[in-house]
Amino acid sequence: MSVTTHTPSPALPPPSRLMAGGPLGWVKANLLNGVFNSMITLLLAYLLVRYTISFVDWAFLNAIWQVPNDRFGRADTSSCRDIKGIGACWAVITEKHRFILFGTYPYEEHWRPAIVCVLFIALYIVSAMRRFWRKELVLVWAVTLTAIGLLMWGGVFGLSYVPQERWGGLPITLILATFGLAFAFPLAIMVALGRRSRLPAIKALCVVYVELIRGVPLISLLFMASVMFPLFLPEGLNIDKLLRAQVAIILFAGAYLAEVVRAGLQSLPKGQYEAAEALGLSYWQKTGFIILPQALRLVIPPLVNTFIGFFKDTSLVLIIGIFDLLTAAKTAIIEPQWQGFAVEVYVTVGLIYFIFCFAMSKYSAGLEAELNKHRKR
Amino acid sequence: MSDTAIDPRYAAKPPKRPLRLSWSDERFRGIVWQVLVLAVVATIFWWLWSNTVHNLEVRRIASGWGFLSREAGLPIAESLIPYDPTNTYLRALAVGLTNTLKVAIIGIILATLLGTLLGVLRLSPNWLVSKLVGGYVEVVRDLPLLLQLLFWYAMLQGLPGPRQAINPATGVFLSNRGLKLPWFEWLPAHSWALLVCVIGIVATLIWRRAALARQMADGQPRKVWPVALLLCVGAPLVVWATQGAPFTPDIPFLRGFNFQGGLTVSPEFFALLTGLTLYTAGFICEIVRAGIQAVHQGQWEAAGALGLPRGQVMRLVVLPQALRVIIPPMTSQFLNLTKNSSLAVAIGYQDIVSIANTTLNQTGQAIEGIAAIMVVYLSISLSISLFMNWYNARIALVER
Repeated sequence: MSVTTHTPSPALPPPSRLMAGGPLGWVKANLLNGVFNSMITLLLAYLLVRYTISFVDWAFLNAIWQVPNDRFGRADTSSCRDIKGIGACWAVITEKHRFILFGTYPYEEHWRPAIVCVLFIALYIVSAMRRFWRKELVLVWAVTLTAIGLLMWGGVFGLSYVPQERWGGLPITLILATFGLAFAFPLAIMVALGRRSRLPAIKALCVVYVELIRGVPLISLLFMASVMFPLFLPEGLNIDKLLRAQVAIILFAGAYLAEVVRAGLQSLPKGQYEAAEALGLSYWQKTGFIILPQALRLVIPPLVNTFIGFFKDTSLVLIIGIFDLLTAAKTAIIEPQWQGFAVEVYVTVGLIYFIFCFAMSKYSAGLEAELNKHRKR
Repeated sequence: MSDTAIDPRYAAKPPKRPLRLSWSDERFRGIVWQVLVLAVVATIFWWLWSNTVHNLEVRRIASGWGFLSREAGLPIAESLIPYDPTNTYLRALAVGLTNTLKVAIIGIILATLLGTLLGVLRLSPNWLVSKLVGGYVEVVRDLPLLLQLLFWYAMLQGLPGPRQAINPATGVFLSNRGLKLPWFEWLPAHSWALLVCVIGIVATLIWRRAALARQMADGQPRKVWPVALLLCVGAPLVVWATQGAPFTPDIPFLRGFNFQGGLTVSPEFFALLTGLTLYTAGFICEIVRAGIQAVHQGQWEAAGALGLPRGQVMRLVVLPQALRVIIPPMTSQFLNLTKNSSLAVAIGYQDIVSIANTTLNQTGQAIEGIAAIMVVYLSISLSISLFMNWYNARIALVER
């Protein structure tokens, strides 16, 4: 038996592929490696610069931001028409931005939907922070949603009453998305649990619900909400259109979220279920204390991705004539003098949707990285 | 493993306890819960049903499918099968169905091609290419599809009229009337050639299988492409030539205020197809990227060590493995595209939803109209999932 001594050589820092050889080296490695690659890079860079320049020309340098009124008090858009295709007519946004954001809500009361939008955004930010993931969050949601209802309807505290038919724009989009998810989520959990249930009748019911809803487009459900729901209800009982569309969105979102939750339930190791049963917990104790907290945590990133999908899908209510952000945008350019400036309006509205969805998607990616930290080597 | 004898102590099932009528019996509780839930659901449905029957009586709407054989009187701008407004509602709905299938099938093919290309480019070692594709995907996925469709439609409507149409090549015109393409007069000879071409493709596939089987036996690779060329291109050409090689080009030209002749792609169809393709390609790109990345790095290295060039590594080693990860989410994207084609109603392309909606507005047959939409989409969804499940099972990992 001989003893060998081994002195480890000092560990070298890992080779940095990214910045080996400084910025020039990086360019050489990632942009100009090889003749073919260099040609592609140069071609793309040329196109990129060219289109960026023409976009900047169109959107900023040649754009018109304001138009004068003609003698009938209507906007005179002839200057915009002259530069069509060369410059953007942002005057349509200057003129119509209040209408696009808040629809036909009484003009002097626009501060109310504005506060509602701020409240919604604050609610999203608070819910996104992990340190607020506590039971009290449910209370915060209940209080905020009540405040939003009070602000929109009014009729108390000296606020004038605004009927629901006059609401419109961004608040409708946020209401449809938020209330939709707030109600669809508990429904989805129940359906997902039902689909994993050992009771055949309950399981069959949940399977039929999920597969039926997922097999048809949202539009058919919205049509159903707008033309068939009135037939379903007893005579004299009328539910307004927004609520009917909201019910359709909840039913739709419920089915999709249920599948996401079910994936979480399935990916939990069986030992968790068995250990909970071995402790003598009842079904609801087992589900509430052991299974759901772990299963939901696993599926937070796909859940956020589904939320993004629903936020976008609320725009479909345009087809049944509910006044959400996109409908308001489409209506804003109906007047003859503003016809033909759709691209500017859609770009602006697209930017609003993009900000919300992009924030959610970046948040989801960050969360996924954080929740998977322990798996990284 | 299979021949290990089961311990006789575990072979018999535990004795079944008799059902006790007590709350502490799990089975009894289960039955009570199921009966309760079913009763509640049945009551709700019965209530809705009785309301509906009552409401239909009050509004004097006769339910049933009798309206299908009545004259539709609704004009349809584009259709694959012969149609005029004096035809029945059934035929109008059939036109809608073919229009839905047309946009869905072409959209699925284009979105798959574009999405796969983008997915591969997303992994390009060229930083600029990869980032540009990444930016495209982010923008396309974070905007509502309906907004994108309206945007493309507005862009097409903003194009110049037929007189100032954009004319990038001879016979190709892009104007606010849509896209005009050169075509040729379709004669029976062309149908025969097409038929022979389809037979040729099937025969080539069979030939390829046989060639692979023989390669497995003797190790000699056999070329497939000469056979493919002969059967898929040569044979149809011969058939076409024996019929006198008819060819009458049909090139669109401007007459008065509009174009004559040629193949027309309507602005509605063009906007819908563009929107659906670009949107779905963004999702497919991410699926393909994730699928390729899911293949272990060692597979690339091992294939490289065997001396395969990069293209063959991709085609023979990486893609077959990536496909297993790609197929299930790809299926749901195909389903999404088909369901999203229903947004056609917003830009005036007459698909099944648009026509069923007009029908129910004209006849008041709300329940039947919506049932028609749902049945159509449920059957399309079901057929796509069945086909993709079959394909998925075919390429699944065969474990020994």
